[in-house]
Amino acid sequence: MAKVTLTVNGRTVSGDCEERTLLVHFIREKLGLTGTHVGCDTSQCGACVVHMDGHSVKSCSILAVQASGSTVTTIEGLAGQGELHPVQAAFKEHHGLQCGFCTPGMVMTAVDMINRHGGNLDEATVRAELEGNICRCTGYHNIVKAVLAADAEMSAGRQAAE
Amino acid sequence: MGIEGIGARVTRKEDKRFLTGKGRYTDDMVVPGMKYAYFIRSPHAHARILSIDTAAAQAMPGVIGILDGKQLLADGIGNLICGWMIHSKDGSPMKMGAWRPLAADTVRYVGDAVAIVVADTLGEARDAAEAVVVEYQPLDAVIEAVDALKDGAPQLHPEAANNLIFDWQIGDASSTDKAIAEAAHVTTIEIHNNRLAPNPMEPRATLGIYDGAEDHFTCYTTSQNPHVARLVMSAFYNVAPENKLRVIAPDVGGGFGSKIFIYPEEVVCLWASKKTGVPVKWTSDRTEAFLTDAHGRDHVSQVKMAFDADNRITALKVDTDANLGAYMSLFSSSVPTYLYATLLSGQYAIPAIHANVRTVYTNTAPVDAYRGAGRPEATFLLERTVETAARELGVSPAELRRINFIREFPHQTPVIMNYDAGDYEASLNAAMAAADWNGFAARKAEAAGRGKKRGIGMSCYIEACGIAPSAAVGSLGAGVGLWESAEVRVNAVGTVEVLTGSHSHGQGHETTFAQLVAERLGVPIDNVNIVHGDTDKVQMGMGTYGSRSGAVGMSAIVKALDKVEAKAKKIAAHLMEADESDIVLENGELKVAGTDKALPWFQVALAAYTAHNLPSGMEPGLKEGAFYDPSNFTFPAGCYIAEVEIDPDTGTTDIVQFVAADDFGNIINPMIVEGQVHGGIAQGIGQALLEGVHYDENGQLLTASFMDYAMPRADDLPSFKLSHQNTPCPGNPLGIKGCGEAGAIGSPPALINAITDAIGTNALTMPATPQKVWKALQSAH
Repeated sequence: MAKVTLTVNGRTVSGDCEERTLLVHFIREKLGLTGTHVGCDTSQCGACVVHMDGHSVKSCSILAVQASGSTVTTIEGLAGQGELHPVQAAFKEHHGLQCGFCTPGMVMTAVDMINRHGGNLDEATVRAELEGNICRCTGYHNIVKAVLAADAEMSAGRQAAE
Repeated sequence: MGIEGIGARVTRKEDKRFLTGKGRYTDDMVVPGMKYAYFIRSPHAHARILSIDTAAAQAMPGVIGILDGKQLLADGIGNLICGWMIHSKDGSPMKMGAWRPLAADTVRYVGDAVAIVVADTLGEARDAAEAVVVEYQPLDAVIEAVDALKDGAPQLHPEAANNLIFDWQIGDASSTDKAIAEAAHVTTIEIHNNRLAPNPMEPRATLGIYDGAEDHFTCYTTSQNPHVARLVMSAFYNVAPENKLRVIAPDVGGGFGSKIFIYPEEVVCLWASKKTGVPVKWTSDRTEAFLTDAHGRDHVSQVKMAFDADNRITALKVDTDANLGAYMSLFSSSVPTYLYATLLSGQYAIPAIHANVRTVYTNTAPVDAYRGAGRPEATFLLERTVETAARELGVSPAELRRINFIREFPHQTPVIMNYDAGDYEASLNAAMAAADWNGFAARKAEAAGRGKKRGIGMSCYIEACGIAPSAAVGSLGAGVGLWESAEVRVNAVGTVEVLTGSHSHGQGHETTFAQLVAERLGVPIDNVNIVHGDTDKVQMGMGTYGSRSGAVGMSAIVKALDKVEAKAKKIAAHLMEADESDIVLENGELKVAGTDKALPWFQVALAAYTAHNLPSGMEPGLKEGAFYDPSNFTFPAGCYIAEVEIDPDTGTTDIVQFVAADDFGNIINPMIVEGQVHGGIAQGIGQALLEGVHYDENGQLLTASFMDYAMPRADDLPSFKLSHQNTPCPGNPLGIKGCGEAGAIGSPPALINAITDAIGTNALTMPATPQKVWKALQSAH
């Protein structure tokens, strides 16, 4: 067994787990944060994307012990209680989700994408950046719209603040 | 239309929980004492089980129990069944081989479950499974339907000689043959419809909980129809009587048909919970999903379409071999028969049709309904044939379709269906205008200048949704009725709960069903809760598939709302001392027409529950239930156009535009309907360009992960241009036809017609991968 200590959604948490435990299983089973999903076994689907030290990672492709000491944000910690992050709000406004299973990973990927490309996203870039997240419901049409809308809104917000 | 009523583009009530990680799917469920299951599965496509040695595994850390098929059989757990009886043309019933939830003596496909290991952790269960020694005697396997029918082929089930399940026909052979013999032109084509993996993003999962004190079972499961699961597990699998079995399908992450069926794992986990005394949870990994979720399609058809000298279709003859895999899944027999061949008239007036369908066992995963279920196969066959005929006859594809469109309704086809309403030309015109069809020649010339081959293709689809009148499907062999139920509970403060037998797994029922209540009662949608997916809460229902939740499920709600409204009006008339016939319900008030007398909705609801002053003899309360049995199928139809550019050096297809023009009848929420079309088109494009399940000659699945099976990704797809035409369905109170499957039905032939137009050869099968397109191009030139 290994001891893992992480800061997750602003709280320091620690727990024991088997050495082979993946970060996603630690998050889901030890921390009870079941918003992070497992949709495949080959790091293809992206349902498990979280942010680790400010960057998106597929939490199925990293061991919990490797993540020990890092700061992790999951879908539950993206916005304050009862609030929606602008990306979450854009997914709702543009119907960028149906069954909701890929949604947490999509949203976390989209936030990271906007953080990196801030204000310079176009449809082709969004589609290329979403290559590691599979959705079976939406055909991506409304996800792309939502990401572009959130990017525009967040970039307008940044400009207003400057 | 109010701002939240029918036709309003309302954002979804259910979104917040999904967006914030608060969705609750089966694998998220945790109960005290819960343990984990791992299934030991056959690595052989066909083998006898000689022995199973669990001694070493039983002693491993964390192991609670290891159970096999012999124990299951000894405990009287029944075989999995197919619930739709089909008779062969000689009158004999379909030949259903035994499907044991855990194989006891023979395994018939790679992934066939052999034993279950229950342990403290999933890791320990996997470790122990590695230590179980199953000795197999491998047998020869057969993968393709056409091979399975040959003399000397390996035999799967003693019940089914030559692996033939049934040899069925529909329509009139002699008039069809006569028309073909007398035709001015006959188009002949072989059509392959590729095998697909449904792949909802949430893998299947189940949690079986046995309560020894109450002798009661609870089953959490990823189901599109929990009541049907309970019925089947009680009546046929002997798990428990219905009153001792609660089935809960909580949030479900997509289904596309694959979660209609009752699989071995639900049954085995419930039984294992009783045997081991602990709650047992199993969650499929993605490879298990590829191996064991029911696949879709897998048809090979020979087609002849006859034309007279005026290019009118005079006959269609179809001969189809359908691969049903190793066992007959729950509705597998209905898919290549009544959900397929009954749609072979398409949008066209065809006087004579005959179809023959042989269904076949092979050593592959069971095949059953996948988005569209039979209707994509019919549409692909028909629209590829019509397109091919247009090319042979030298007629434009639009013109050939226009000549043959059905223009008067109702229209009785030669293959059972009676189309109630439609305007096929309206969708064709809308699609051609949106695609700028007339400007294509210039775009093609421009692309040629860049060294690209540009093509355009259309497809005019029809489907039958809203399955279906119970008596009609009963006469065709269905083991269940296909009505739907609803209960509308108005609370004392006027808020509303709707209990529905429909199940939402992405379709947005919590929003659209609430919109219906808002429209009828004037209650804001935030004051309406939709309850579904739990057999302890909701009255018996039939679930969601075949685009039936609007046409059938919402019709049941309408019936219940009618009763609620009638009672509320009686109470209001009594309270306002008016005649009941003068009461109108408008904007959340019950008014006396032509006066300023009115009572707000909540006050009438409160009066129903205080019961201080009700009409003489009236029962207190405001709660009504209804069952709705449809009078006919519904017939959504439309026209899809794809325009592609092929790179002749690589064979790569770029979809430069995709247009969909659909007639779904009346629409409750256009935003949600558009989303359904987008998703369906993506799956159809996936089938046409990317997806295909492949087994090797020994029955090993080569496409068992997302690294081997090409799912459509964001950068494989364009944005889509959508429009809606509307001929309301006359058969149900809301005029709804259904929209869930159209995209997957209409898009594959449009794509393949476009690619074959671009490359100038018709010889191309799905998926049209770059390699196939490149090879076709080389052979054409």
